[in-house]
Amino acid sequence: MANFKFKRKEPLTDTGLLMTITICIFVVMYLLAMLLLQGGFLHAQQIFDMLNDNASLIIVSCGLTIVMIGGGIDISVGAVTSLTVMSCVLYLNNGGNLFVSVLLALGIGLAFGLVQGFLISYLEIQPFIVTLAGMFFARGMTTILSVNPQKADHAAFAALRDIKIEIPWLGYVAKNGNVVPARIELGVVVALLCVALVFVLLRFISLGRGFYAIGGNWQSALMLGINVKRTRFMSYVICGLLSGISGYVFMMHTGAGNATNAAGMEMNAIASSIIGGTLLTGGVGNVIGTLFGTLTLTTIKKIVVSSGLNDPWWQSITTGGMLCFFILLQSVVLGRRAKKKQS
Amino acid sequence: MQENCLLQMHHIDKTFPGVKALSGVDFCLRKGEIHALMGENGAGKSTLIKILTGVYQMDGGEIRLEGQPVVIKSPQDAGNNGISTVYQEITLCPNITVAENMFIGRDSSFFVKKKEREKRADEILTKLGIPARSTMQLGSCSLAVQQMVAIARAVDMKCKVLILDEPTSSLDDKEVNMLFDLMRDLKSKGVGIIFVTHFLEQVYEVSDRITVLRNGELVGEYLTQELPQVELVSKMIGKELEELSSLGETEETGDEEKEDFYVAKGLSSSDALAFDFNIKKGEVNGFTGLLGSGRSESVRAIFGADKVTGGNVKIKGKNVKITKPIDAMKHGIGYLAEDRKRDGIIAELSVRENIILALQVMNGMFKPISRSEAETFADEYIKVLNIKTASRETPVGSLSGGNQQKVILARWLLTHPDYLILDEPTRGIDVGTKLEIQKLVLKLAEEGVSVTFISSEVEEMLRTCSRLIVMRDRHIVGELKGKELTQTQVMKTIAGGDA
Repeated sequence: MANFKFKRKEPLTDTGLLMTITICIFVVMYLLAMLLLQGGFLHAQQIFDMLNDNASLIIVSCGLTIVMIGGGIDISVGAVTSLTVMSCVLYLNNGGNLFVSVLLALGIGLAFGLVQGFLISYLEIQPFIVTLAGMFFARGMTTILSVNPQKADHAAFAALRDIKIEIPWLGYVAKNGNVVPARIELGVVVALLCVALVFVLLRFISLGRGFYAIGGNWQSALMLGINVKRTRFMSYVICGLLSGISGYVFMMHTGAGNATNAAGMEMNAIASSIIGGTLLTGGVGNVIGTLFGTLTLTTIKKIVVSSGLNDPWWQSITTGGMLCFFILLQSVVLGRRAKKKQS
Repeated sequence: MQENCLLQMHHIDKTFPGVKALSGVDFCLRKGEIHALMGENGAGKSTLIKILTGVYQMDGGEIRLEGQPVVIKSPQDAGNNGISTVYQEITLCPNITVAENMFIGRDSSFFVKKKEREKRADEILTKLGIPARSTMQLGSCSLAVQQMVAIARAVDMKCKVLILDEPTSSLDDKEVNMLFDLMRDLKSKGVGIIFVTHFLEQVYEVSDRITVLRNGELVGEYLTQELPQVELVSKMIGKELEELSSLGETEETGDEEKEDFYVAKGLSSSDALAFDFNIKKGEVNGFTGLLGSGRSESVRAIFGADKVTGGNVKIKGKNVKITKPIDAMKHGIGYLAEDRKRDGIIAELSVRENIILALQVMNGMFKPISRSEAETFADEYIKVLNIKTASRETPVGSLSGGNQQKVILARWLLTHPDYLILDEPTRGIDVGTKLEIQKLVLKLAEEGVSVTFISSEVEEMLRTCSRLIVMRDRHIVGELKGKELTQTQVMKTIAGGDA
């Protein structure tokens, strides 16, 4: 008989536990939707549509997860996304270069990250206040650039925008007998790439582990020799950069700039992170959880619509309820753990 | 200067605005010894430690490590010089793994060498006999193990000097023993350990040498086995035994016939071990013991200020349940907290508002006290207690310590309590006000109010109390009254029977 050597399994960390719960709930919810509502839920395209529509939200949520793990908050991300879209559209319409437009997007995001991170980390101003100011500033700038919606009119960009990955075997047969292949937008690839990179950052890179340390207890982190200010600063810089990327992906999805673009996106991103198992108090969270948090949030909305509740407030109400449920669940699960440890 | 010192602190001076925290203190730690640093509150222990760890900068003096002068400007500096500190509050991150806590922040590599770290961490943990695995989340370990992980980190950083600042205060007996074994093990490996604690028994169990500080000055350095416990206590408190014996006795009072106002059997709380206690109508008694002996925790349990976990309480012969301060207040108990800044005054509010606070709570929020009524009360007590304030509308925060204390006293007196608990009411206030407060306590007792009084100054307790309950290491170890109420007897009881 083979000599099995079992690796001793540790109980899941708080991060792992909350993420597992989210993934399980998402899978169960989706399976129930497939069984009870059927329709679109039976097609793979449903999931791809969710990804196509929410690629920029996923990217922004990744950034927020980083900031929240570090014990901070950034509510400017939606506005920065919107400002990036508008800036890039206007630049392209004025005969800009496609490559430079990407740099412009990254630059805007990075600029917000640098300034906000500096104010928060080195001048020690409350992150909520700083990013609230950032949010108003970015929104205002967007409106100054153009009050009216601007449609991107640029050949190279249109070509880039229309790139779609088609997967025939995941498609479905339409009523007229034609096979409609599953379609994935380029933005989804960017989003998943961001998730993967942030995952590696948070797991294998010293800076990423530093985010957890300062979010867990920043005084301790300081005593452990971590450069708390620089670590906190970097979390906002990366979050800002991701907001810029999110803006470009948003533009590739809609193809137009609008002052009300990505309105409320920061709140959806916070909700996604929380549902994905990131604690607002910091130190606990995982970007894979966040991805599933976004999917869970979106699925709930789809289910609401499929159930015939078409009015928009039903989505808000269920989102609110969902968020409440997850926060309650997290505090119960973590509370039980703490209790078990004491006894 | 002694030659065999691993760490030599020579003539250390440190002044804070208005206070001389350390003056000319010498300290010598040898290789492979456990050296206890002792002293009461304000003796300068923590200042000395903080200078050594780079939290404070000294004003004068010299620090030598292995004979070489060193300058310590920050906690990082201290670490680089081989001086590591494990604080009472654990300074690790509970949300990451044991291995990460041991290695994070120590190198500047871009990628985390996870496997390597875990292997190394497991080796150290096994070597030191610490019951934890490197991949566990730190927060899932007991406090003792977390503390040991902090020590393991220090050991792996090649520390020569390990400072343990009150490491045992949140550990139980078994955990304390685990920690001591680890300390002895490190000692045998040549590490010099500075052990700061207020538990006398632990000092005698584990330390080789004791340095005593008092009021920022060095009292002396002693071999533990040559210093009896009672002498240690008198050195910490600052009264020679002979001098103590010569002090007069307080007169006997005929308290025996009076009826009990409050009786507790086996009362315990989240912070206090089970104890019995009673107080008679119009009696003044007190809890005494060194800092951390559990005297404050006990009275907090009586008032319901901490989570009460058990016990049977009778007030005027009737069983009552006191689990929250408001319960105690409704039964006529008032409590003046030890830390008036944190638990007592509300600095931004006026004298008037602070005075009526307790009465308002008692009345409930639907029976507000009218402005004119409040003004009458405030004026009355400002006069009676001789509170020195510009007006009754002055914010309490701008008053002196003694007058703040009087405001809190007034607050409780206004509720006409039957039983008043005063925890360190005279700390940090001038002598004149101290006497006023002592007189007030005696006057209240004459009027039939029971008072429990706690003070670090034994003389003060002897002057005011007719009965003293002595605590050591969180247990009541004696009760003194009548002829036994002498400083010598108090010291002996505090130090333990072997004196």
